Amino acid sequence: MDSFNQLMSGFGTALTLTHLLLAAIGVLLGTFIGVLPGIGPAMAVALLLPVTYGLEPTGAFIMFAGIYYGGMFGGSTTSILLNTPGESAAVVAAIEGNPMARKGRGSQALAAAAIGHFVGGLIGTTLLVLLAPTVAALAVDIGAPDYFAIMVLAFTAVTSVLGSSRVRGFAALLIGLVIGLVGLDEMTGQQRLTFGSLQLADGIDVVIVAVGLFAVGESLWVALHLRRRPAQPIPVGRAWLGRDDLRRAWKPWLRGPLIGFPFGALPAGGAEIPTFLSYAVEKRLSRNKAEFGHGAIEGVAGPEATASASAAGTLVSMLTLGLPTTAVAAVMLAAFQQYGIQPGPLLFQREPTLVWGLIASLFVGTVLLLVLNLPLAPVWVKLLKIPRPYLYAGILFFAAVGAYAVSGQVADLLVLFVIGLIGLAMRRYGLPVLPAVLGVILGPAAEQQMRRALQLSDGSLIGLVNTPFSIVVYAIVAAVLLWPVVAAVRKRGAERAVTKV
Amino acid sequence: MRVSPLLAALAALAAVLLVPPLLSSGDSDSAGLRGLRVLVPNSPGGGYDITARTAVKAIEDSGLSSGVEVFNLPGAGGTVGLGRLVNERGNDKLLMSMGLGVVGSVYTNKSPSSLANTTPIAKLIEEPDIVVVSKDSPYTDLAGLIAAWKANPGAVPVGGGSSPGGPDHLAPMLMAKAVGLAPKDVNYVPFDGGGELLASVLGGKVAFGVSGIGEYRDQIQAGELRVLAVTSGKRIPGVDAPTLQESGVDVDFTNWRGIVAPPGITDTARDRLVKLLSDLHASGAWRGALERNGWTDAFQTGPEFGRFLAAENARVADVLRELGLA
Repeated sequence: MDSFNQLMSGFGTALTLTHLLLAAIGVLLGTFIGVLPGIGPAMAVALLLPVTYGLEPTGAFIMFAGIYYGGMFGGSTTSILLNTPGESAAVVAAIEGNPMARKGRGSQALAAAAIGHFVGGLIGTTLLVLLAPTVAALAVDIGAPDYFAIMVLAFTAVTSVLGSSRVRGFAALLIGLVIGLVGLDEMTGQQRLTFGSLQLADGIDVVIVAVGLFAVGESLWVALHLRRRPAQPIPVGRAWLGRDDLRRAWKPWLRGPLIGFPFGALPAGGAEIPTFLSYAVEKRLSRNKAEFGHGAIEGVAGPEATASASAAGTLVSMLTLGLPTTAVAAVMLAAFQQYGIQPGPLLFQREPTLVWGLIASLFVGTVLLLVLNLPLAPVWVKLLKIPRPYLYAGILFFAAVGAYAVSGQVADLLVLFVIGLIGLAMRRYGLPVLPAVLGVILGPAAEQQMRRALQLSDGSLIGLVNTPFSIVVYAIVAAVLLWPVVAAVRKRGAERAVTKV
Repeated sequence: MRVSPLLAALAALAAVLLVPPLLSSGDSDSAGLRGLRVLVPNSPGGGYDITARTAVKAIEDSGLSSGVEVFNLPGAGGTVGLGRLVNERGNDKLLMSMGLGVVGSVYTNKSPSSLANTTPIAKLIEEPDIVVVSKDSPYTDLAGLIAAWKANPGAVPVGGGSSPGGPDHLAPMLMAKAVGLAPKDVNYVPFDGGGELLASVLGGKVAFGVSGIGEYRDQIQAGELRVLAVTSGKRIPGVDAPTLQESGVDVDFTNWRGIVAPPGITDTARDRLVKLLSDLHASGAWRGALERNGWTDAFQTGPEFGRFLAAENARVADVLRELGLA
C-alpha cells in the first residue's frame, strides 16, 4: 500500500502544469525524432541532455521518459507507412504493418500500433510499480547460458517467417548472419570481414541493414517496375478500427506486454528479440494464419505492445540496479549522474519524489501518446497519397539522411546502398527480407552469449545447460520442434484406429 | 540559479530544431578561440562525450570562450575520430576528447593513425578501476583471490566492461603479469559497458570484475558488492579497500581522459589551447563538475602530457603484443 501512496504523490508531482507540458513536449519531440530512421530515442535523449541542465531533475526526467516512449512509437510509424523502420524495435511492425498500409488500412495499422503502445506502456508501467524489486533480483540471476537458450528459441521461431520456400528463407537468414559477422570480434578483438576498413570495425548497425534491405531495396525494386504499371497512389481507406479489428487485436495487445516487460528488465534483453517472439506467438495463435504476411492486424498489435512494455522493463533495472539495459537507459543513467543522483538499490529511498514522479509521468506519457497520436494517424496516412515516384524519392532521401545521421560518415551511406542493392537482388530472386534482418539481430547476440557461457565454464559444454532457466527454455524449444511430429503421429494413429473400426 | 521551466522547455524545443546533425558554430570572444570544435570519438552518452560536453559547458559558463561545438564521430573504439583529427593537419580550431581506451584501440583496430601523430594538449581527469566481487563471493581479500587465480586461471573468469585493448581488459592483464600469470591464460570475459558486467558480478557469474567505479558506488554503499582492491596508486576516498600495491601486486593503473589537437599546429596555437584548458582547470565551474561526476582531477599539460601518452602507449603495446593483438 505504501508504494500506492507514493505513486499517488508521484501523480501530484507529474500532474503539475509545467511537468505535464514537459511530458507533452517530450512525447511530441520523441515521436518526430523517432520518425527519422537512424536517429533513435537514444540519440534524441543524448542530444537533448545539455538542454535540460537548466531544468530541475524531476522535470528533465519526465521529459526524457516522454521522449523515450514517443521515440518508440515514432519508429513504428515509418515502419508501417513507408516500410522504413525508424529504429530496431520497430522492424517487426513493418512485416504486417506495411502490407496493411498498402491495402489502404494504414490508419488501422497505426491505430493498432498506438493502442498497442498505450496498453503496453500501461501494463509495463504497472508491472514496474508492482514488481520492480522482485524482477530486478531475478534479472541478476540470468546469465549467458540462459541468454543463449533464449536465442536458440528465437532461432526456432524464425522458421515462422521464412516464407513459402524454406530454402530461400534459410538463404536469406544466412545472408543476415554473414552481415552480422562484420566487425571486430568482441571476445578477442580480431577483425572479421572488415577488409581493413575502420568504418566497418564496429559492425554494421541493424538500423542501416533494415533500412537498406526494406526501404532502399523496395524503392529500387519499385523504380525498376514502375514503368510497367501505372503510377497510382496507394489507396487511403477508412480512418477507424472496426469491430472486427478490435476483436482480433485485443488479445495480442494484452499478450505483448507479458513478453516485452521481462525482456526489457534483463541486462541483455532489449526490444528486438521480444517483438519478434511476440510476432511468432501471434502468428501461431491466430485464427487468420493465412493473412499473416499480407497485413494481419495481430502482427502489428502484439509486437507494438511488446516494444512499449519492454521500454518500461528497461527502467526497472535502471532504477533499482543502476543497470542500463539499452542505449536510452545508458544515456539516462549518464543524465542521472550529471545531477549527482546515483541510481541503484538505494535510489527509491533517497529520491522518492523523483522516482515516483518519473513513474507517474510514464503513465501520463502513455496517455498523452495515445491522445496525440490517434488523431494524427489519418494525417500521417495522407503521406501515402503522394504519387509513387515522389513518395519513393522521399523515402530514399529520409533513409539516406538517417544513415548519415548515425555517425556523419559517407562510408555509412555506401554501406546503406550496397545493402540496398542486396535487398533488390533478394527481391529479384524471391528471397524474403525479414530472415536476413533477424540474422543480423540474432547472430551476433547468440554468438556472444554462447562464447561467453563457454568461457565462464572454462570450455566445458555443460556450461550451456547448467542453469534451471536454460533447461526450461530448451524444453520449450524441444516441444515447439517436436509438436508437429507428435501431432502427425497422433493423427496417423487416429486414422488407423478409424480404418480398423 | 533557477531557470524558468517554461523558458527551458522552449529552449529545448529550439535546440531540437537546431542540434542534429548540422550544428552551427557561434562566433564571439577573443581571437583564436572563436569557432572551436570538439570531436568526440564515441557516441552520445559515452565517457568521452560526457567529459567533452561537461568541459565545454564549464568553458562557456566561466566565459572562457563561447559557441564551442561538440560533435560525435564514433567508430572503431575512437580510431575513426582519431583518423579524422590526424587528417586535419594544422587545424587549430579542432580538439578531440579521448582517453586510455583510444590507446588500445589503435592496436586492436590496426589504425593507420596513432596518438603519436597528435598534439597533446591536456590530461583532465582519471578514474581508477576497482577489483570487485559480490557480497556472497568466497573471496574476502585480494590474497585469496590471487591464490585461486594462480592455481587455475581458467576456472576464475574475470569480467570487464571493455573489449580487448580497453581499460577494463588491460588492468587484469597487468595484474596477471605482476603475479606471474601469462596474460594469455587469463580468462577475460568482455561485457557491453558496465551494465551487463554489474549484473554478472552481482549474480556471481564471473569470479571477479574489473571496472571503473562510476556506476558501482551505490551498490558498494548498499553492501551488495565488495571491493577487494583499487588499481590506482592512491586509495579512493569513501571506498574501504587497499590499493593493489598495498596488497603486494605491483600495478599502478588508472583510466584517464584528456584532450589532444591535430598535428602540425603552430606553437602559439598550441599554447593558446593549453591556456584555455588551464583556465578551465582553474575555474569553479570545472571544480563543481569534477565533484558532481566523482572524477579525480589529474591535470597535466603539453610536453608533460606528451611524455605520459608515450609511456602509456608503450605499456599498452607491451600487454597487447603478448596477447597477439599488437
